Parts: sequence; C-alpha cells; structure tokens
Amino acid sequence: MSTSLHHVPSPAQRARDAYRQRQTVLSVLVAAASTAAVGTLLAVAVTGAPGWERVRQTFLDPEIAREALPRVLTGLWLNVRLLVFCAVAALLLGLLIAILRTLRGPIFFPIRALAASYTYVFRGLPLIIVLYVLTLGTPGLRLQGMPSVLVLGGAALVLTYSGYLAEVFRAGIESVHPSQLAAARSLGLTYRQTVRHVVLPQAVRRVAPPLLNDIVALQKDVGLVALAGPIDAVRAAQIATAQTFNYTPYIVAGVLFVLLAIPLIAVTDRVTLRAARRQSGG
Amino acid sequence: MDALLRCRGLRKEFGGQVVLDGLDLTVAEHQVVALIGASGSGKSTLLRCVNLLEELHDGTIELDGEEISAPGVDSDWVRRRIGLVFQSYNLFPHLSVLDNVTLAPRRVHRRPRAEAEAHARELLDRVGLADKADAYPDRLSGGQQQRVAIVRALANSPRLLLLDEVTSALDPELVGEVLTMIRDLKADGMTMLLATHEMAFARDVADQVCFLDAGRVVEAGPPEQVFAAPTQPRTRQFLARIIEAGRL
Repeated sequence: MSTSLHHVPSPAQRARDAYRQRQTVLSVLVAAASTAAVGTLLAVAVTGAPGWERVRQTFLDPEIAREALPRVLTGLWLNVRLLVFCAVAALLLGLLIAILRTLRGPIFFPIRALAASYTYVFRGLPLIIVLYVLTLGTPGLRLQGMPSVLVLGGAALVLTYSGYLAEVFRAGIESVHPSQLAAARSLGLTYRQTVRHVVLPQAVRRVAPPLLNDIVALQKDVGLVALAGPIDAVRAAQIATAQTFNYTPYIVAGVLFVLLAIPLIAVTDRVTLRAARRQSGG
Repeated sequence: MDALLRCRGLRKEFGGQVVLDGLDLTVAEHQVVALIGASGSGKSTLLRCVNLLEELHDGTIELDGEEISAPGVDSDWVRRRIGLVFQSYNLFPHLSVLDNVTLAPRRVHRRPRAEAEAHARELLDRVGLADKADAYPDRLSGGQQQRVAIVRALANSPRLLLLDEVTSALDPELVGEVLTMIRDLKADGMTMLLATHEMAFARDVADQVCFLDAGRVVEAGPPEQVFAAPTQPRTRQFLARIIEAGRL
C-alpha cells in the first residue's frame, strides 16, 4: 500500500493488504447496520409514544414552520451581524488585556492590576447583569450621543467574553518556553519585538482551538441582547409562538442555530486536530 | 593581542547557591577559548551572564574595552554584538529556516527583506543548508537545526560568539557536522567562547582551555598544557574521570 513505485510486495505483504481491506469493508458494514438499528428503534419509540400525534402538531407543523421562517431568518441575520462584530472586538480586546497583564516593570503596575481585575470582574459577573446594566442603566444617564441599545448590548457581550478570551490568550503566552525568549533576546530583539515576533505567534497558534470554542459559545449568547428589545432569532420565534400557540417556530430557530454553528465547529475541530498532530508529530 | 572580552570577579548566585565565585577570564580577538568542567561548574551561567541574560551579583564584564555590565547600558545593543548558541538549538518553530535567520537582521538591524534574505541564503549555502531555507525546524535533524542556530547567530555579524554545549543534545554521528562548522568559523577568525564536554574537540580547536570548578577558573592555558600536564589537583581529578569514561 505505502510501498514505493517499483517495489513488488511479497506474498506476506499481499496477504496483509488483503486482510486489511476485508477488515475495512467489514467495519463499514457493521457501522451501517448498527446505525440503522439504533435509528429504527429511536423512530419507533418516539412515533409510537401515546402523545406523539399531539407533540407533532405543536412542535413540528410544516405549515407554521414555513410561515415563521422569514421572521426567524430576519432575527437570525441580527445574530450573525452581532456575532461577527462581537467576536472580532472580543478577540482584539482579550488579546490586548492578556498582553497588558504580561507587561513588566514597576511603571506598568497599575495597568497590570487593572487588566487583572478586569478578568476577575467580567468572568465573575453574570452576562445578563452586564447586559441589563449597559442597555437599561446607562441610557438613564441621558448623556449626549448615547449609542443604540443594540450597540450597548454588543458592548456587554464584548466586555464579558473578552474577559474569558484574555485568560485563554494569557495561558497561551505563558506556555511559550522561556528558552524561546532567551533565544530572541540573545539576538538583540527588544522585549516588545520578542513578544510581537516570537511569543504571540506561537501562543495564538497554540490556543486557537479553545478560542474558537469560546466563539461557538458566543454565537448562542449574542441572542441575549433580545432581553433589551432588539429582536433576534429566538425572540422572533417566541413572538410567532405567542401568535399561533404552536412551538414549531422554536424548532425552526433551533435548527437554524445548529446549521449556523456547524461551519464554525468544523473549523474548530480541524484546527484542534492539526494542533494535536503538530504536537505529537514533532 | 587586544582583549575582546574581559571578565573580572564575576559572581552569580541562584537562591543562595554560589554558581560563579569571583571568576576572571579574558578572551583575545580571533581567539577560541574552551570552557571545560563538570556539570554545575558554572560554564553555562558564565555564557548567559556575558550575554546579559542573567543579572550579575558582582564583578564587571568588558567588551571591546567598554564595560557592558555597567548600570544603564542598553543590553539589547550589547546582545547585537554577541551571538549565543544554545544546547537545545532554540530555533523558532513557527518560522521557516530563512525567517529564523533573517528575524534579527530585519527587526533589529532594519535591513530590507531582500538584502537580509540574500545574506541569509549565502550563509546557509556556505554550511550546505541552502536547500533547507524554506523548511520548518521540525523537519530538520538535530545537527541541521544546530547549524541553523549558529547561522542565525552569525547573521547579526557578532564580534563574539558564545557556544553553550552545542553538541550535547546531538546523536554521536551528527556531532561531527557541527564541530566542522565551528572549525571553519575559527579559520575565518571568529572569536569564540565555548562550553563543551567534547575534550578531543576542545584540545583540537581551542587556543586556550579554561577548567572551571565551583564557579572559578581553576586552571587556564594552551590545550597541550592543560590536557597533558595539568598543574592543579582538581583538573587532574576531572581529566582522570573523563579518561575513565572513555571521552578523551
């Protein structure tokens, strides 16, 4: 199989190859059969339940799904826009805070202390409270040029998530071995150049999987801005449900959320796999 | 000969343990000085102190007659003139061989990329690594990585090259290629201070051998003298153990 071009495999190798091929075919067949069996059992158990007909009508009505879809999609578009903005802003702010926490020298003590307390406060505070304070509290100040509730809600998400992301970045920065710093400094690079060209590139690569994982979590939490008024996908589904007394719009929103998450999760998996392979591959 | 590097009374402690204890050492220009001695005798610490990677607890270091250990001296500026090669190579794994070599010329010396790369390729070519320029360090053998690390230090055109047991992490059959490279550097007139466990190599390449024990230079002299007719009992003891282990 993995032999070079002109190599003729020995009978022993041919027998091994044939055996491996049989095993591969066999395992595909076994996987297909067991999947079919489990699927059938589940389908029979659910559809055979005494209340199935009622549940199907209230949760899986195709007519209502079709009617609710445009409104839920409009809400989802808000989620997507908010996600892109908040993810970029939270990643940048998180990175900045992580770097501030690694600054050395007594002159930076207040900045280090502030950055550290930031991660303590915003990882400790429940997101909903930050949201309420920003979206309902700050407009009460009646300041000039107060941004919209949507922007304030986005800011609340960025504040909370950058607290988590900063700690992930910091873990990455601290995982870079001191010998890398010594090598960079011995070449005459300043501390700042060392961080910029040697520490950060390695740190960010190493923590890319957990960072993406937090972004997947953010994808769902952006919907919480609906608590302050803007209509996201879940709120749109809730309104539709209230009008029809049917829960199908929720299922529609749920399916859309999963579809939205799949690409991001796939990227996360691929990055994680590559990082793992790098580490073991040497 | 002028002294390129002069260390006087160097003292360094780690958590109350004295690693360098009033060490004196002079390296003349174009000279190769080998530091020998048991593990923990202070060889690596001395090299790191000369590169200002460690804080001194006493003594002075002069480079080209200028005290580099004085307070307020810009240590980044000093390090640009002193290359250091580590036992474990310490190449940057996220950068290609070429980018490893050009990082300091481009960022520290502000050379244009094309110029830095041309110079780097020339240096790599001279040590037979031209075809590895675009490879990443994890694709190279230990010997190749160490040669790249030496090239990376040379790209700064240092006045002095410090080599910290650069063959200790290598498989025996890869040691030779690195030692050949150091021999060529000596022929080019590079001033080097090297810590080593390779006694045969020290005897062969060094103009001066310094035996370190408990943070001091116990014996120094031309290799013929230190290896063949050591005057200090501790040097004799150390060499006897080395011979017993079949390393000389």
